[in-house]
Amino acid sequence: MNFLYAAYISTWVIHVAYLVHLARRYSKLRDEIQSMKKK
Amino acid sequence: MKRVFPILAILTALLLSYGLYLALVVAPTEQTMGDVQRIFYYHVPSAWTAFLLFSLNFLASIQYLVRRNPFSDRLASVVVIAIAVLTCIGAYVVTLPEGVEKSAVATTGIGIALLYFGIRKFFSEQGTDILALVTAEVGVVFCTVVLVTGPLWARPVWGIWWTWDIRLTSTLVLWLIYLSYLMLRRFSDSGQTPVLAAALAVFGALDVPLVYFSIWIFRTQHPQPVIGGGGSIDPRMLHVLLINWLAFLSFAGLVCWSRYRLEVLQREVEEAQALDSLADARGTR
Repeated sequence: MNFLYAAYISTWVIHVAYLVHLARRYSKLRDEIQSMKKK
Repeated sequence: MKRVFPILAILTALLLSYGLYLALVVAPTEQTMGDVQRIFYYHVPSAWTAFLLFSLNFLASIQYLVRRNPFSDRLASVVVIAIAVLTCIGAYVVTLPEGVEKSAVATTGIGIALLYFGIRKFFSEQGTDILALVTAEVGVVFCTVVLVTGPLWARPVWGIWWTWDIRLTSTLVLWLIYLSYLMLRRFSDSGQTPVLAAALAVFGALDVPLVYFSIWIFRTQHPQPVIGGGGSIDPRMLHVLLINWLAFLSFAGLVCWSRYRLEVLQREVEEAQALDSLADARGTR
């Protein structure tokens, strides 16, 4: 059972890590757009 | 479109939760492996999704390369149609390896042609480049899931985490190829990077059929396919497997959509910054 849970948890850890990476990039890009608008 | 995305995201989350419930609670327990066999409901759909994404990357890369010249664009269209027709005819004329279903081969040929012309119709030249990048990135994420869940299944069933078997090794090579593709795109500043990356993707995609058909062609420790390969599976298990695949496909589609929008935005910002710098340099601001 431990291997089963490890597999399911690691699957979602990988997907969530990628989604967090995308969210960070998106927020960085939004900051850049804001600073360009201020110029 | 902005309103459609949250609705699709909620539906996908519900489908993923339903798939998880089916996999952990409803699916019957396999007699020899026990509960650890349930890893199959995440491992196999992730592998299929990764293969589909890498195939899309391959087709988008070809599109990006051939669209630069009208003649090669027309020639590629003719070749794709010819491959689809020959695959359909060949599936019923040529003797296929034992277990490979003729209808599965024919459907794959037609599916590839439909995807190719779908990309051609709905994506611009720049769009095909972005699509190639996005599908490679999301494909690597799904391939990582395959490479992590596989050993977690193998340890209790085979007694080892890893073996240099053709299926496992070719999957690892596939992951490394697309990782190098992403690194090329990330760290190369040359204007020719999209062309080089597209060429690498075309060669890299050759590994996809090798991974997929390796269990038919070579003697391998990896379990034989349960769909389209002559194997058998309990219909309740098949139902759970297909629901989970549908859930992962929807999830991959949404992630690709978000990543595509992010990349478009990123390129627009870079273009605006370049124009800004040019205007500053000319002193026109």
